[in-house]
Amino acid sequence: MGRQIHLAAHFPGVNNTTVWADPASGSQIDFASFAHLARTAERGKFDFFFLAEGLRLREMKGRIHDLDVMGRPESLTVLAALAGVTTHLGLAATVNSTFNEPYELARRLATLDHLSDGRAAWNVVTSWDAFTGENFRRGGYLAEADRYNRAREMLQTARELWDSWDDGAILADRESGRFVAADQGAFRHAGPQFDISGVFGTPRPPQGHPVIIQAGDSEEGREFAASDADVIFSRHSVLEEARAFFKDVKSRLAKYGRRPDDLKILPAVTAVVADTDAEAVEEAARIRRAQVSAPTALAFVEGVWGRDLSGYDADGPLPDLDPDPGEGVSRGRAQFRGDRAAVARRWRELSEARGGLTIRELVIEATGRQTFVGAPGTVAEQMDDYVQTRGSDGFILVPHLTPTGLDAFVDRVVPLLQERGSLRADYTGATLRDHLGLSGPRRPSVREKDA
Amino acid sequence: MTHLHLAVALDGAGWHPGAWRDPLARPAELFGARYWADLAAEAERGFLDFLTFEDALAVQSSRWEGPDGRTDQVRGRLDAVLVAARLAAVTSAIGLVPTTSTTHTEPFHVAIGIASLDHATSGRAGWRPQVSGKAADALHFGRRTLPVFAPEEYGTGAVAEVVAGLFGEAADAVEAVRRLWDSWEDDAIIRDTDTGRYVDRAKLHYIDFEGRHFSVRGPSITPRPPQGQPLITALAHDVVPYEFAARSADVVYVTPHSVADAHTIVGAVREAERTVGRTGAPLRVFADLVVFLGPAAADRKDALDELDGAPYTSDALVFTGTADDLADLLSSWQETGIEGFRLRPGALPRDLHHITRDLVPALQARGAFRGAYAEDVLRTRLGLARPANRYAPAP
Ligand SMILES: Cc1cc2nc3c(=O)[nH]c(=O)nc-3n(C[C@H](O)[C@H](O)[C@H](O)COP(=O)(O)O)c2cc1C
Repeated sequence: MGRQIHLAAHFPGVNNTTVWADPASGSQIDFASFAHLARTAERGKFDFFFLAEGLRLREMKGRIHDLDVMGRPESLTVLAALAGVTTHLGLAATVNSTFNEPYELARRLATLDHLSDGRAAWNVVTSWDAFTGENFRRGGYLAEADRYNRAREMLQTARELWDSWDDGAILADRESGRFVAADQGAFRHAGPQFDISGVFGTPRPPQGHPVIIQAGDSEEGREFAASDADVIFSRHSVLEEARAFFKDVKSRLAKYGRRPDDLKILPAVTAVVADTDAEAVEEAARIRRAQVSAPTALAFVEGVWGRDLSGYDADGPLPDLDPDPGEGVSRGRAQFRGDRAAVARRWRELSEARGGLTIRELVIEATGRQTFVGAPGTVAEQMDDYVQTRGSDGFILVPHLTPTGLDAFVDRVVPLLQERGSLRADYTGATLRDHLGLSGPRRPSVREKDA
Repeated sequence: MTHLHLAVALDGAGWHPGAWRDPLARPAELFGARYWADLAAEAERGFLDFLTFEDALAVQSSRWEGPDGRTDQVRGRLDAVLVAARLAAVTSAIGLVPTTSTTHTEPFHVAIGIASLDHATSGRAGWRPQVSGKAADALHFGRRTLPVFAPEEYGTGAVAEVVAGLFGEAADAVEAVRRLWDSWEDDAIIRDTDTGRYVDRAKLHYIDFEGRHFSVRGPSITPRPPQGQPLITALAHDVVPYEFAARSADVVYVTPHSVADAHTIVGAVREAERTVGRTGAPLRVFADLVVFLGPAAADRKDALDELDGAPYTSDALVFTGTADDLADLLSSWQETGIEGFRLRPGALPRDLHHITRDLVPALQARGAFRGAYAEDVLRTRLGLARPANRYAPAP
């Protein structure tokens, strides 16, 4: 049997992936939408359902960005509710490590794991900016360089808290009158980020530790994933790049005493499925045009150029101005954090190389592409090859429609992957760790280790 | 007799620390979803107004000062907001009211959590903000230190100042949360395909809350919840918390021990409302009672007391007796201006079953309780209007 494909479903959120103007697009906030997508993913035997997070509404030019879906629920709350309408599907919450405290976050994640019988995952993100910090007690004090220091220590502390209870500590033994084993929950953590002590109030979660996902891409991010994560959510979906990323990250594991299979690499991808390859290609192009309307295209270019370009025509050429080297006009977005001038240069070159792409054509070209496009058989074959040739361990599918965006994939492609033997016909385990083929938590309870 | 409101407070195996040893208890299941789902289903069969979920950012203890190391009582708890959320899709009518700390949490996170619970339940969410005054709990966060003091010292000297500070911060937290809930107008999502705008940003509002302990810029990331403002409830035993409730809450839980006491407390609540200049609907006053119901209730309590090693006492009156006796008591208290009751079952699920299967029919027979759910959303069930949005222009 070949390598098994791991699949996850991303609930489409606050960016221009979501084609909210499509007549088939439903509510982005009603629970029914979350339930539909989660049930669809479970029908497709996906490993998990994934929610992103952003703790401040995005802004453009000092005003709330109004072109994309805005608004979403708190991840852990909606996932706890989804635990009531699913039975096997993993439930992955993106939760920021900068604007949370370990005691509270560790118990919320442990709670989700208890309430779902071992299906919880935490995508540890490290956004640090003062802009987001304005919504929190700590404000924006954290320097960019410190964000992974805090993330690492946050995760380490959370693990200490989860480990502060033994597995099986709840005895509930009427005969002996003992509800709980002795000395549960005591912890003391003294580090640069957290100096805390006391008794943790929540029994060890069923998975020991919820599954840890990491999404950063920098050198530090890759090391963090190699040392500490179970899954990496990658943005490298183009096959050659994905293979390079796969090789790079997997090669980092050995020095942490880990095997390549201990970290699953799952890039965010799209799948456009139609009756024929030609129809799918046409549909994929239609979706890209819908994702990048004229105002959205201009907003992207403004984000890169760092200035107001509202006088420009999206169907005309790129501005001949140079990018503004200042602060920029886009806030609350992970993109374009780096060197905007370099991005602008690349975009200009790309436009010229293609014989002068318009602003909108360029943005369609430069900001994303459809990963798998074709008839069901084509898509299944491409996906399978991608995983067999070590582009990834599987995929996080990002649909462009809420909540029905994965229906066609699950109905038409999943059975073909199952026929190929690359996707499970049914769940073989109960927990998310089981689905991902991960052995128990990376560390046993410290207390067991001592014993 | 007019209709009364009935809520039940869920906590572990019940409020008696020995409740897990009741023969009908399900102590091995306290950390699993099925237990909570079964309790909620039972409560819905009795048409109860809402359930509350206790919580604390600490382990339970028989000592106020901190953990006691006991192994013969329930220890360990799940996050109340998530327990409530887990029940969203498996219940259809009952209100769900989790507790959170206002001392150690971020108002922004709490606001979006409760708003999300309201979205997931189509308008059945509430919130019980609670102050955490214990020095030991503050060490779990390491951000501030609180002095060690005993509950008796609450109103005295330097402690009074600390307590007033904690309640001031709680009022700030509620204000920030309420503003965040209003930070989206109801019709902020426009999906205007002509202009390509998903939201009308004129209907999204920065809240710019500045308090002594925190500031919040806003807007929320979560659209305005279905109720506009989920129901806010607070437990109060004294003037400072009465005033907190009068400033911040829709419902106050109080703990009278007699009819006369109930009179006095209702008076004190109304006085607090005047002191803080409350506008809008007066507080709905609910009395809290711990209840052991059924013909052998007192014996059951005694047996649990014996197993636990001490007679159980509570801030609230501990009632033991039949459902009919309790129905009598509730109606006599109702005449003092108390509009509802939050019953704390001594042992679960047993005393909840007595509430839904004996007390509710007894009240129905007196014409004092509903026989079906009528209102879809929790606020409406309590006779509270959907609040206008403070940021929206008057219509
Ligand atoms: C695929 C992907 C998804 C991400 N999703 C989120 C998210 O939902 N919320 C968030 O705050 N940050 C998100 N991030 C941002 C990362 O957590 C991280 O802060 C960012 O990538 C910068 O870290 P780096 O320098 O290591 O790349 C995501 C990043 C990637 C690559």
